[in-house]
Amino acid sequence: MSTLEIKDLHVSIDTEQGNVPILKGVTLTINTGETHAIMGPNGSGKSTLASTIAGHPRYKVDGGTITLDGEDVLSMSVDERARAGLFLAMQYPVEVPGVTMTNFLRTAKTALDGEAPSLRHWTKDVKTAMAQLRIDADFAQRNVNEGFSGGEKKRVEILQLELFRPRFAILDETDSGLDVDALKVVSEGVNREHSKGEMGTLLITHYTRILRYIKPDFVHVFVAGRIAEQGGPELADQLEAEGYDRFTAQTPVEA
Amino acid sequence: MAETTHTEFTPNTAPEGEVTDLGDLDEKARLGAPSGAIDRSAAIDGFTEQGESLSAQNAGSEQLGLKKHSHGNAPVVPEASRGERRRSFDLADFPTLTGLEEDWRFTPLKRLRGLHTEELNGSAPSIEVTGAGNVTVETVGRGDARLGASATPEDRVSAAAWHTFTEATVITIPKETVADGEVMVSVTGTHAEAAAQHILITAEAFSKAVVVIDHHGSATLAQNVEIVVGDGADLTVVSVQEWDDDAVHVSSQQAKIGRDARYKHVVVSLGGDLVRLTPSSIFTAPGAEVEMYGLYFADAGQHLEQRLLVDHAVPNCKSRVTYKGALQGAGAHTVWVGDVLIRKAAEGTDTYETNRNLILTDGARADSVPNLEIETGLIEGAGHASATGRFDDEHLFYLMARGIPEVTARRLVVRGFLNEVIQQIKVPSLEERLSESVERELAAGNL
Ligand SMILES: Nc1ncnc2c1ncn2[C@@H]1O[C@H](COP(=O)(O)OP(=O)(O)OP(=O)(O)O)[C@@H](O)[C@H]1O
Ligand SMILES: [Mg+2]
Repeated sequence: MSTLEIKDLHVSIDTEQGNVPILKGVTLTINTGETHAIMGPNGSGKSTLASTIAGHPRYKVDGGTITLDGEDVLSMSVDERARAGLFLAMQYPVEVPGVTMTNFLRTAKTALDGEAPSLRHWTKDVKTAMAQLRIDADFAQRNVNEGFSGGEKKRVEILQLELFRPRFAILDETDSGLDVDALKVVSEGVNREHSKGEMGTLLITHYTRILRYIKPDFVHVFVAGRIAEQGGPELADQLEAEGYDRFTAQTPVEA
Repeated sequence: MAETTHTEFTPNTAPEGEVTDLGDLDEKARLGAPSGAIDRSAAIDGFTEQGESLSAQNAGSEQLGLKKHSHGNAPVVPEASRGERRRSFDLADFPTLTGLEEDWRFTPLKRLRGLHTEELNGSAPSIEVTGAGNVTVETVGRGDARLGASATPEDRVSAAAWHTFTEATVITIPKETVADGEVMVSVTGTHAEAAAQHILITAEAFSKAVVVIDHHGSATLAQNVEIVVGDGADLTVVSVQEWDDDAVHVSSQQAKIGRDARYKHVVVSLGGDLVRLTPSSIFTAPGAEVEMYGLYFADAGQHLEQRLLVDHAVPNCKSRVTYKGALQGAGAHTVWVGDVLIRKAAEGTDTYETNRNLILTDGARADSVPNLEIETGLIEGAGHASATGRFDDEHLFYLMARGIPEVTARRLVVRGFLNEVIQQIKVPSLEERLSESVERELAAGNL
């Protein structure tokens, strides 16, 4: 069993207007097999948390720690974090010019495993995973995310989740921009991987609807760079009924 | 952040009604016949059309919108039409260069090592032709009547080379002959003094061949490569520039294309301090098809320039131009100018030209100037696209977040980007060699 532990994390970004603090003391522990949902209004810092875990250079860690089974994640480079087993399904996956999906997936798998996958198995795995996520076979020959629709990009993120088999998956609004069918397909993908019992999941979402398909063990309400409240799945139902008003009202709006 | 890209876009003398949407940055720059033969290809992300970079982080340093180029303070000497450019064998017809000429304005004349000012009487790089088999190879004196019969200098350095060379290499693929193998023309420079060279390649009617001109060593060379593609012939000419770091190479590579001929020209420029190629394809009879490809990889301080011309002077010919460049390192500078001329008589023309540049580091600059002049509306299609993109931190983050180390990530992108052109060479041993060279370029950049 593995543990991803975030303690009193403070993060800021440098903007043209100066340094802006975004995360103001986030503490969160995720174990293998658990699904944590983070819910919160726009701009509350959810993506900042996700990107900081993955090591995006734009985010500056001013305080706190992130450890993976006691190992200091913050001192690892972006690729080292991935190789340590962290996976971020991005809210806005970028299009990478000049690199085909096939080539990208194989290169990433090789880097993650430290050796090239057996070609025969790999090709079959990719095909199967693509079919399950209802991704057209010809996407394999297209450049990474290039010209993919929003929903297609999200499916391709989950494709990678299934192929790379991380220890911890952080899904940043993977549900947004998906129609009901796509939402189901994508959720099934996450559940398939989760059910193997070797992954912890941090599911970031704005809406409760994905929680009908992916059942969280814990729900954290994220407001203004902090966890304002946490509870079990019932908290999500409460949010669905009441919205975020109760929490945002509690926290004075910062200019 | 320093200016990294610059693009000028020149809508030239097209008759009214044929210029579409030039001001719309969301559309590919596209000139088309009024017949509706307008094709709007999807833009590549990570690229923006006409030279702007997509990356939000670079906003502010980029020049948005269509604009007039300015280069220093002095005005560039304008040219009414590319078709009116002076062509002459007489050096005196070309005034001394000032750098303000339309076709020299991007070239750092100071780094030409005298090619534009001095007598070109240094010893020319040696030429060795192999793999010729059933192809004729001759060394002839400058008096040979075939020389200059098909190509006329269009700039001062080309005229100077014509004026000075003493002997020429003449390669002829006889009528209806399919060359046994690739003809390798190995050009090796050993001297730094300014020198002139002339090569004539003739593919006679219905012949077929691949000729590779492989430049290496050190040289200061003004070169004319005169190419004749006979009726129904099928000729590929590959010009590889893998010069030593200090080499200066200015080469005019004019091809005269016969009826129903197929001509493919591939430029690969990797090495040298300053390399300036001006490949032209001039259609002389209907039914011919031309493909022109280019790949260049400029690293710190290198100037790699390519100015091409496709002259559709006759009806029903087709041309496709695809040039791709990668840049890395401070002062890496590439220039691509693509002139396509569709003259009044050239009805039924079908042409498309593309230039894409990938900037890998700060401090590099890619100039890209597509220029399409259309004098008749009765064409199949005509278009161009120019895009300069930056491999930016977001691309890198995405790949690294999947476990791929930085060096591998950059290689993955560049290899993918340039492969499209390498694949066109269709000489496996050369493709392999050039792929390796590209890898070496990448590695040398400490990426
Ligand atoms: N690169 C940036 N430049 C300026 N401000 C930024 C940047 N990245 C994030 N921010 C600001 O930081 C705050 C948190 O942003 P973040 O993207 O983490 O929020 P979020 O909770 O993911 O929002 P959403 O639900 O819209 O995805 C916002 O106020 C946002 O404007
Ligand atoms: Mg977000």
